[in-house]
Amino acid sequence: MATEALTPGSGARSGRNDAAWLLTIWIVLSIIGCLLVALVWGPHMPPGRASVQAASQATDITVLGTIATPVVIGVLLYFGWALAFWRQQPGDETDAAPLHGNVKVQTTWIAGTSAIVLALAVYGTVELINPAGAGAGQGPQPVFRNGMPPAASATSWAPGTNNILQVQVIGQQWAWTFRYPQFGGFETTQLVIPVNQPVQFNVTSLDVIHSFWAYTLGVKADANPGVNNVAYTTATVTGDFQVRCDELCGIWHGSMYDTGQVMSVSGFLAWTKTTAATMAGVTKMLPPYALTYDPTTLNLGKVNAALGLTGAGGGYYNPADPEQP
Amino acid sequence: MAIEAQPESAHAPGGGEPGATPRERGWWMRPNVLTALAGAVAGYYFGHWLGNFIASQYQQVGTSDNNDFAIVIGYAFLILGWLIGLGVFNDLVRQMLGKPLNRNVSLHESGFNGNGNGMAKYFRFTLDHKVVGLQYLIGMLIYFFTGGLLAMGIRTELLSPSYHVMSPTMYLQVVGEHGTMMMMMMTSVIVGPFGNYLVPIMIGSKRVAFPRLEALSFWLTPCAYIILLSAFLDGGFPTGWTGYAPLSIQAGEGMDAYAVAFGLMGISVICAGFNLVVTIICYRAPGMRWSRLPAFVWSMLTTGFLLVLAAPVLVGGMYMIITDRTVQTAFFVNQLGGSSYLYEDLFWFFGHPEVYILALPGFGIVSEMIPVFTRKPLFGYKISVAGMFGVAILSFFVWQHHLFDSGMDPDMRPLFMLTTELISIPTGFIFLVAMGTFWKAKIRLTVPMLFAIALFINFLFGGISGVFLSDVPADTTAHGSFFVMAHFHYTIMGGLLFAFFGGIYYWLPKVMGISMNQRLGQIHFWTMFLAFNSTFMPLFAAGMLGQPRRVFEYAANLQTLNDWVSVSAFCLGGSMCVFIFNFVMSTVVWRKKAPQNPWNSRGLEWQVPSPPPADNFEYVPVILSGPYEYGDPDALPVADLHPPAGVIGGALAPAGASTGSEE
Repeated sequence: MATEALTPGSGARSGRNDAAWLLTIWIVLSIIGCLLVALVWGPHMPPGRASVQAASQATDITVLGTIATPVVIGVLLYFGWALAFWRQQPGDETDAAPLHGNVKVQTTWIAGTSAIVLALAVYGTVELINPAGAGAGQGPQPVFRNGMPPAASATSWAPGTNNILQVQVIGQQWAWTFRYPQFGGFETTQLVIPVNQPVQFNVTSLDVIHSFWAYTLGVKADANPGVNNVAYTTATVTGDFQVRCDELCGIWHGSMYDTGQVMSVSGFLAWTKTTAATMAGVTKMLPPYALTYDPTTLNLGKVNAALGLTGAGGGYYNPADPEQP
Repeated sequence: MAIEAQPESAHAPGGGEPGATPRERGWWMRPNVLTALAGAVAGYYFGHWLGNFIASQYQQVGTSDNNDFAIVIGYAFLILGWLIGLGVFNDLVRQMLGKPLNRNVSLHESGFNGNGNGMAKYFRFTLDHKVVGLQYLIGMLIYFFTGGLLAMGIRTELLSPSYHVMSPTMYLQVVGEHGTMMMMMMTSVIVGPFGNYLVPIMIGSKRVAFPRLEALSFWLTPCAYIILLSAFLDGGFPTGWTGYAPLSIQAGEGMDAYAVAFGLMGISVICAGFNLVVTIICYRAPGMRWSRLPAFVWSMLTTGFLLVLAAPVLVGGMYMIITDRTVQTAFFVNQLGGSSYLYEDLFWFFGHPEVYILALPGFGIVSEMIPVFTRKPLFGYKISVAGMFGVAILSFFVWQHHLFDSGMDPDMRPLFMLTTELISIPTGFIFLVAMGTFWKAKIRLTVPMLFAIALFINFLFGGISGVFLSDVPADTTAHGSFFVMAHFHYTIMGGLLFAFFGGIYYWLPKVMGISMNQRLGQIHFWTMFLAFNSTFMPLFAAGMLGQPRRVFEYAANLQTLNDWVSVSAFCLGGSMCVFIFNFVMSTVVWRKKAPQNPWNSRGLEWQVPSPPPADNFEYVPVILSGPYEYGDPDALPVADLHPPAGVIGGALAPAGASTGSEE
């Protein structure tokens, strides 16, 4: 300690109240930063607000970003300050004053980080429950279905009834198809959903693991072979949205994308009517609607003969010989 | 000062027990890396023939177009042949036959600059932990630069939103090889070189507990390297480093190389971790109490525990992949009663502790360097240890956050969200310790210190982005996107690798007795730091804007962002060239002699000459005080390197001294 006071250079430093300066600058910068993140950046946070689920994710990301801002500012400010003011003076080969710990600082730090972390966990859980699972795949028995009507009827659907619209998403190497069980069970490569209506995606796969990612709808659910993975969304804006595969599924994973469409309810009903009629011939040959499919047990001969194909096109998985589709 | 330089120990190279009678043959006759290669090639061909011979009797295997069974048996015999060629089993066999050991088994080869066995010992199966450490250092650098070149390939492909340089197949091969190679390398990049070399010296021991396990752990890594790269000859593997089933069951023959190489690396790190844990617990010098253990040794202890407990799960998972692929066991095939979730759970049950295996050594290295360059004691030593243990223990309870969208039991998600966020508390301890140590310090801005500070800045962004990923709603957007990719590059490359390079600049004067060029070191640091952030920071945005990982096609509006990233990545590659130039020139050409303790550190490893003598310490030292007592004029020197005769285990030992030492 004595050597510290005698060293030239350290005398000038001791006049400054580092703690007070740091705290003041940190609070000022944090307030500015938090306001900027929450109010300026927040409304533009991904993934946008095209559905209830996406909006809740955007809000969640904004909240996390706002809480992270003071942390980032604090650490950067501290290290910047240290580099600016607590450098070795030229010619000063002495050690700094020893400081083995500070119970008050350590307790405050532990209590503070614990409080933030627990608050974040509680907030994340609320944000998971409220928007019915936040668009994430929930497996075959979803538990977070706040406000989502039950799948009351598997064969019919009308807007505004207590019966959720079901859309089956089928992944295979390397394309998505979509089945609408409540409209005769037709299968199409177009994904169309109505606006402001809760939708239940039943996601499954025919071969390897894919992941159904409708970015602007805030939906992401893995497509597992033999498993039905349910995700909910309620689109609030009409227009196109991107669908991508988000789990590495083989060579053409990178080009496994699609464009979906959110339509008005009347437009959607008209589209289902037209498509059901167009696809009627194909629908007859499809296996009956089910939550999962085992392609090895499907009678593909009928389909292939009708379509003029000589083999399964999509790399169906043959368990008897897993390496030779 | 009782601490002073010793004259270099005059032990004869290979000097063991006086009764041993080494029958030394010419270097080309002794087992070395060339005989090992010969053994590996012979082993592979024998195994391949044997596999075909067996498999042809079984219809399921024999009629398959793919020849996975023969390839896997070939790899198994390749490993066996490699080890036989290295002479790993020579002493074992001789002992089983009751014969005296042919070659003198020495725990202490001569030092790096010694006259003894020259460079040849670096190409042999040797039991000296310092030789193994240097072998590891060079080996891991080769791993790293191979993986880095593959990364350059990935970024070249991503210059354009559609595929143009590589075919989609080639792109996936390169992505998979890059990821797997880097993951295999990062697991032992600190444990191998620094852990093996420095831990015995830092705890005052002349040896490690299991020198054969340690040497084996290194010599399996070149084998894993060759096998992994051989996947390119068989068409590569399309799964990335995660190897998710059933894609990995469906994939072509290159997948076998992935499973064998990754599993082999698992075995290697189990050996390395086990050796370190036992060494640290049992081989501390008298007076090296737990409260005086350097932070780096604590990080090696926790990492060692993680390696021993987590890596077996990986080995098991890889074994199941191999049997699924070769003999149709269907562990992971849903239609046959297996489950693809089983693989995901097994993989991430290993994979998440693995992530902390990659973080803790970095924390340890910077905690070791910061007190030296701030000239202050480590702030909250106990907090730092508690942080490492907290991270290590919690890391086994968070793995399902990789599966939030997979369709796992939805009830579990709030729980795993909680545990994942809890882990940021002990991680925060490391920041508390660093910031407390910086408080009113006298910072010496040397090259290692620059890397240490950069670790905290990088890890800050890595950690904060991790909070977004732990939060299920935010993760729904971020999962599987470039956001995740940026996140783990920030924690692993920004954390571990910055610590690794800092460690090289910090400890190379000790390890080789040679100083790296500081000017080039500064250029390396600044180019690496700026290019690293310029590469990975925009990828957070790319991910949040909807670009999935491992794709060769992305939305056209993201091209500017991706081009910026690619150019930055090339600059990052250039900065690595600065390092290679500096490393090669400094160690081979310039060879500027380093003083014994250039950083004026209190660490025990700095109290021995540079490079350390063959047996580390002339006498087993007696540790007198902690390693971080800077600024305390009354502090005792860290150790007495010439303890009076009889002090060890005797009445003169300091009160409370550990009795865990031997010799």
